[in-house]
Amino acid sequence: MPTPTKGPRLGSGPAHERLMLANLASSLFQHGRIKTTEAKAKRLRPYAEKLITLGKRGDLHARRLALRKITDKAIVHELFTEIGPRYENRDGGYTRITKIGPRKGDNAPMAVIELVEAAPAKPAASRSAAPAAQAEPAQEEGTAAPEAGEQAAEEPTSGQTAQAEEAAQAEDESSDEKK
Amino acid sequence: MAVPKRKKSRARTRIRRSQWKASRPVLTSCPRCRDPKLPHVACPTCGTYNNRQVVNPA
Repeated sequence: MPTPTKGPRLGSGPAHERLMLANLASSLFQHGRIKTTEAKAKRLRPYAEKLITLGKRGDLHARRLALRKITDKAIVHELFTEIGPRYENRDGGYTRITKIGPRKGDNAPMAVIELVEAAPAKPAASRSAAPAAQAEPAQEEGTAAPEAGEQAAEEPTSGQTAQAEEAAQAEDESSDEKK
Repeated sequence: MAVPKRKKSRARTRIRRSQWKASRPVLTSCPRCRDPKLPHVACPTCGTYNNRQVVNPA
């Protein structure tokens, strides 16, 4: 079996490993989030993200490359029409792995791997604006304005998170009282 | 075939087995519900990680 670039080998042979990864990726694209073992989730992440990159490219060649791995045409269609365009503003990191502790029965560490939400258009805009500002240092107004905008954007979010935490704590307290 | 010459005494067996120990798991408290949980793992009681609902506990 070829050595994986990252993570342990899966299954009992190269064909078994290929099939497992393809099936895991199909399930992930079909359901959006799947629960599996940590080892499989860690192997699935680069595999699935490369397929999503093909979905972002969206041409016929990319579609044929994806169909080499995932044989279900409906899932490849969803990958190219919904999942790929959703991550237009995100450069990689389309999946999130969260560990959820050992499994009852064999104590295998389990994890949830899910497709993350689409990135807002703002980061891409600020990223494109920042190099332009660096390239033109003479325009101080241009550099100052995006920074002020970023600070203004950051402050409300931190305030919101603090409020959300307070609300969450209040809820917990109320739930404790109910108990 | 090589075999042990002597029966292992109860004392030797027990001395060997005195080294079988279970280790205490490292636990942290969940920021949401204050219950103990494993570090870097979603809380098993409230199902959250980083204030994000990951699983719905039974």
